[in-house]
Amino acid sequence: MKKIIYYIFPVFVLFIFFLSLNKENQYDTKALVGKKIINFEINSLKNKHKITNNDLIKNNYTLINFWASWCGPCRKEHKYLLMLKNKNNLKILGINFKDNKKNAEKFLNNLKNPYTYLGTDPDGKVSVNFGIYGIPESILVNKEQLVLKKYIGPLNQKDYREISKIIK
Amino acid sequence: MKKKFLTSIFFLLYTFHLASDEFTNQEIEIFKNLRCLICQGQSVADSNSDFAQTIKLVVRDQLSEDKSEKEIYNFLISKYGEWIVYKPKVNKKNFLLWFLPYLILGLGGVIIFSIVKKRGKIRTY
Repeated sequence: MKKIIYYIFPVFVLFIFFLSLNKENQYDTKALVGKKIINFEINSLKNKHKITNNDLIKNNYTLINFWASWCGPCRKEHKYLLMLKNKNNLKILGINFKDNKKNAEKFLNNLKNPYTYLGTDPDGKVSVNFGIYGIPESILVNKEQLVLKKYIGPLNQKDYREISKIIK
Repeated sequence: MKKKFLTSIFFLLYTFHLASDEFTNQEIEIFKNLRCLICQGQSVADSNSDFAQTIKLVVRDQLSEDKSEKEIYNFLISKYGEWIVYKPKVNKKNFLLWFLPYLILGLGGVIIFSIVKKRGKIRTY
């Protein structure tokens, strides 16, 4: 009996280590994929209009992109957003995150505006509803407003191809 | 004289302004149980990062809407996953973590009891 316990204990410890070390501890919000986005209301960056879920229902697909003029990686992904702008099935909602309006407008004037809708989230509170913790982040939703994909970090060529394939 | 009076008024108002920004004990308790996801091992209470500041605002808003602590945790878990709370709920993935200490304690008790009993028997012989 004692011998069995001597063997079982190290095996048990190794088993726990195996389980724990294989567990993904890196944080991500990809668990939101497949879930419906909540009802939201965002102030437009340009005027007093409010952007809501109803604006997105009209679109087959919407890419919700969180960006700011002070964010370096946002500049990097901007060319892919401009390329996605030309896709028929897709509209892009840009949410300007904790930014200054003037700087945001300057950013878009310099790099061109890929957004169909442009909202602002000056204190970041709206973004929490989308599970955002940093920018850039992008969420691809369909007509039913289900999250199809969530991209953490700047969009790249691979993401561009993936989005193009989904919205075909 | 007038200048001194205005200066003291300014500092008085500034002190009130700072005091209004202070967090309540309940808010601090909630922040302590929330992980700052972009920090290295810091709670939302310990961090001044952008993320922590936003979460603090959201918690304050939800408390002002009379939401309970549980509702606030559930909301944040639904957005960021279990990782955001330091005290995760019991589920099939972590039940061992919760119950193993009690199990080991019980098992230890049984072993100690049986050893003591055995020794007692030996002494009687």
